[in-house]
Amino acid sequence: MNKNLPLYEIFIRSKNGLHHKHVGSLHASDPQMAIMNARDVYTRRQEGISIWVIESKDITASNPADSDAFYAPAEDKVYRHPTFYDLPDEVKHM
Amino acid sequence: MVNKDLLDYTIQLADDVMILGHRLSEWTGHGPVLEQDIALTNIALDLIGEARNLYQYAAKLEDNGKTEDDYPYKRDVREWTNTLLVEQKNGDFAQTIVRQFLFDCYHYYHLEALSKSNDEQIAFIGAKSVKEARYHLQYSAEWMVRLGDGTEESHTRMQKAIEDKIHYFEELFIATETEARLIEMGVAPDLSLIREKAYAKLKTVIQESTLSLPENVYTQKGGRDGMHTEHFGLILAELQYMQKSYPNMSW
Repeated sequence: MNKNLPLYEIFIRSKNGLHHKHVGSLHASDPQMAIMNARDVYTRRQEGISIWVIESKDITASNPADSDAFYAPAEDKVYRHPTFYDLPDEVKHM
Repeated sequence: MVNKDLLDYTIQLADDVMILGHRLSEWTGHGPVLEQDIALTNIALDLIGEARNLYQYAAKLEDNGKTEDDYPYKRDVREWTNTLLVEQKNGDFAQTIVRQFLFDCYHYYHLEALSKSNDEQIAFIGAKSVKEARYHLQYSAEWMVRLGDGTEESHTRMQKAIEDKIHYFEELFIATETEARLIEMGVAPDLSLIREKAYAKLKTVIQESTLSLPENVYTQKGGRDGMHTEHFGLILAELQYMQKSYPNMSW
């Protein structure tokens, strides 16, 4: 089956103003069918109002083997978080 | 006094979608791939939902204690007035898609017109279901093109499915005597206009699918008069098993 039906990654926007979120993947013959399948598989319970699909092979992912080089150096750089100044009380949603 | 014509017509509308919904539900758990298993089950649920609305209306018209369940569970073969198309076996995926597409060509345009019925409840049900039918038509038409214009194998199976099923298409556009009276009154829509739109859609999609319609098609009919094909008794045997084994059971 995989030979004939490539894998697609599915992104759903749950309501206006929010961004599309990855919800899973499915097989389809082409992008149009992937959208129809996503409608049937992932929006049956009013989960979304917009669907994006992209063939999985078109996604370039970071390599888990690089995680030390990529992410570890940030661990001891707490000063990158904006926590070293006092917020005035009037600013509520930070 | 019960409006017998309206009652019979409501049941006739319900029977088509009830039986097709039941047929599609047979795919649940057996679809060729997970995505299509869910897609066919969704369509089955839409159709059975539409049937429920209509049977509820029929029960209300009769107003004699019957409920929506009485119609699907307690009638025998000859009392059902669905067309022969919807009771045909699922066969392979090509047969199911062709049966669905032929029905959708009729169903979508029919509901569109039904939503303008003089009867308020019929119009309401038409308007509610037409949105679902529009998706069904889109779904089955997309598959017609992909399988018809797909591999040699899929093309051969689709062409065979067309030749097997096209005999049942025309019956959808033949008005019963009851229906003809309701067309006069503006309750039922004019089938000739719906037929025109349905055939136009059919021809466009058949061409896009690189398939062809056979010439001189003989029309198989009889369902509207309760004369069903040999498959129908088996559907009822399964559908009505619980009621027949345990009369008036409930859960």
